[in-house]
Amino acid sequence: MKNLLNTLTQTFGPSGYEKEIRNFIQKEIEPFVDEIHIDALGNLIARKGTQKQDGKRIMISAHMDELGVMASHIDKDGFVYIAFIGGINPLTCFGTRVKFMDGTEGVVYAETKKMNKIPDVTQLFVDVGASSKEDCPIKVGDVGVFVRPFLDLGNRVVSKALDDRIGCLITIETLKSIKDSPNELYFVFTVQEEVGVRGAVTSAYAIDPDMGIAVDVTISSDVPGGEQLNPVLGKGPCVKIKDSMLISHPKVIKTMTDAAERKGIPYQMEVLRYAGTDAGAIQFARSGVPSGCLSVACRYVHSPSEMVDWKDVENSIQLLTEILEKPVIL
Amino acid sequence: MNTKKDHLIHLPALTDEIIKLLENLSNTAGVSGNENAVRAIVRDEIIGFVDALHTDALGNLIALKKAKIENPLKVLIAAHMDEVGFMLVEKESDGIFRFKVIGGIDERALPGKPVQIGKNQKPGVIGACPVHLSTREERERILAVDSLRIDTGPGTSDIQPGEYGTFATKFMRMGPSICGKALDNRIGVATLIQLIKYCPESIELIAAFTVQEEIGLRGAKVVAFHYEPDVAFVIDCTPANDQPAWDESENTRYKTKLNQGPAIYTSDGRTMYDYRLIRYLTSICEDYAIPYQIRQPGPGGTDAGAIHLSKSGIPTAAISVPGRYAHTAAMIVRIADWEKHFQLMTAALAHIHADVLKADR
Repeated sequence: MKNLLNTLTQTFGPSGYEKEIRNFIQKEIEPFVDEIHIDALGNLIARKGTQKQDGKRIMISAHMDELGVMASHIDKDGFVYIAFIGGINPLTCFGTRVKFMDGTEGVVYAETKKMNKIPDVTQLFVDVGASSKEDCPIKVGDVGVFVRPFLDLGNRVVSKALDDRIGCLITIETLKSIKDSPNELYFVFTVQEEVGVRGAVTSAYAIDPDMGIAVDVTISSDVPGGEQLNPVLGKGPCVKIKDSMLISHPKVIKTMTDAAERKGIPYQMEVLRYAGTDAGAIQFARSGVPSGCLSVACRYVHSPSEMVDWKDVENSIQLLTEILEKPVIL
Repeated sequence: MNTKKDHLIHLPALTDEIIKLLENLSNTAGVSGNENAVRAIVRDEIIGFVDALHTDALGNLIALKKAKIENPLKVLIAAHMDEVGFMLVEKESDGIFRFKVIGGIDERALPGKPVQIGKNQKPGVIGACPVHLSTREERERILAVDSLRIDTGPGTSDIQPGEYGTFATKFMRMGPSICGKALDNRIGVATLIQLIKYCPESIELIAAFTVQEEIGLRGAKVVAFHYEPDVAFVIDCTPANDQPAWDESENTRYKTKLNQGPAIYTSDGRTMYDYRLIRYLTSICEDYAIPYQIRQPGPGGTDAGAIHLSKSGIPTAAISVPGRYAHTAAMIVRIADWEKHFQLMTAALAHIHADVLKADR
C-alpha cells in the first residue's frame, strides 16, 4: 500500500492538468467497479453497486489535483516567472524544485533585492538552467509541480501532494475492500479542488447523490508553535464538523461516528476555522446534499513535505469501508 | 484537426462599418443591470441573420442559428454587454449626488472625470478639490468613493437616486488605435454580431450577449444552464499593462501586450481553461499565420468562470482583445489586435468539430 501511495504522490497532476494521475488511478480501480466515466472537466467517476432496499446513492470524493505553478513570463535571461496553481505560501518555495509537464526541472527562488519581506508570487521565478529567452524550453502557460520524493518514516509518511493523494489512496483501498453494500456508491476522483472545489461542482450535479463525503487532509496542530486546533497525528481519522465552506450535516456526522463506535475505530472531531473541501461544493448540488468530510490529520499542509500518520490512514480505510457497507439513515 | 491549408477559409477584414458599429456601442450606456440600450442595438443588427432571438429573465440576449446537419455540435459564444459605471444613491442637494461604483473601478480613476447620468445621458462631473487648495497630505491620500460626489448642476428634479451613470468619454480613432469608455466589452459584442453572419452550417450557434459580467458573471450562469452547450467560447477584453517599469527593469507583469494579437487564456482567478481548446486555438493561429499571445495566468475572470461549471461541466475557452487602461474612463485598443481576434474567432468557428474534444481532458 505504501508503494501505491508512493506512485500516487509522485504522479504528475496539477489542477486542470490531471490526465496522468487520472490514467493511473483509472487502471488501478477499473477491475473493482461496475462503471467508469470521465466528465467534461476531467473528473473520474466510478460507480460500484446499485441501490438496494435501505440503500442510498452516496458520492465519495477525493481530489486528484495537486498544487503547482504556471509559467507567466520568460525574461531575457531565461528565468521563468510563475503564477501559483492553488494556495501556496511563498516561504515554502525557496530552493524547492519544480518539474514542468515536458520534464524540464528547475529551482525556485525570488528576486533577492526585495527579500526583506515575504515575497509576492510575482517576484518568484524558476531557474531551468537557460541563459536566454530563446534557449528556455518553457513557454508562458506551461504547468509544473513541486519535486519532492516519498519518504517512509515507518509510522509516518512524508511527501509532496499527500493533499490529497492520501485521500485517493484511502478511497482506492476502500472501493477495493467493499464486498457488499446496499448503497449505490460513486467514487469520484475530482479535479481542480485546489483552485476552488470546481470538479466537485460538476460531478455532484451529474451524480445527484443522497449524501456526499469528501476524503481530504486537515491541519494537524501537534507541532511546535502549532495552530490552536484539535486534530493531531495518530489519534484516528477526523470527522469534520465545520470549515469555512461547510457545516457538516448532523446525520452525516452521526453516520461517521456511529460507524467508528461500531468498529471500535479511534476518531477525532475536526473544527477548522478556514479552508474547505469538495464537500463544500457537493452540499450545493441541485436541491442540496447532506455532506460531510473524513479528514486525515496532516502536518505541513500545502508545503512540499506533508506528513501523515500511517495508522490514521489504515483506520480511515476501515472507517470509510464500514460507513459505506451499511445502510445510512438520513 | 481539419485545418489543412487547402481547407482554409477566407478571413474577413475589419471594415469601417464595423468600427462605426463599435463607436455606437461604446458610446451607449449599459452598466451592469441596465443593458437595455445596448441590447436594442444588438437586436436590430442581428435580427435578419438568426433563426431565433430571445431575451431571458436576467436580460441576456440569446440568438440561435440552427445547423443544416443532424446532431450538430452546440457551440456557445458569449460576450458580455455590460460595462462598469456608477449608480446614484442619494441626492445631497440639488445637483449634488452621492454615488457608488458598479463593477471594478479604481477609486484613483474617479476624481475630475466627466460622466453622464440616466436615460437622457445628462452630463455631470465627479468633483475634485482643486490643486490650489489641497494640502500635500490630502493629495497623497486616495479619495474614497464615499467622499466623492457627482455634480450635475442644479435643476435636477428629473434625476433620482437609483439612476445609472457612465464615464462620458466619446469614442475616438487615434491612428492605429481606438479609444472609448466601454470597449470592454463592446468590442466582444461587435465581434459576436459579425460572427453570427459568418457562422458555418455544420454547427448550432448559441450567440449570447450576456448581462452583469462585471459584477460576478451573473448573466452567463443562467445562459449556460438553460442552453447546455457542448463547448463554449468567451470573447472579452483584457488589460495590457505593457509599459516599461519605472526603474527600467524588465516588465514581468504586463498581463498582455498591445500589437501581439488576440490573448488566449490558460488560467485566471475563476477558470483553468480547457487545454484541448487552447491547443485548437493556437493551431488555428498557426495555420492562418495569425499572431497570438498567451495571457499571463493570475487573477481576473471572464464569463467562462460561470459557464464551465454549469451542470455536468462545459469545455470552455476564452479569447480577449488586449487593451490599456481597462476599467478607467478611456481604454485604448489597437485595431490590428481586434482584427486578428475577429479573424481567429471566425476561423475557430468555421473549423470547430466534436473531434477537438475527443482527446482526454
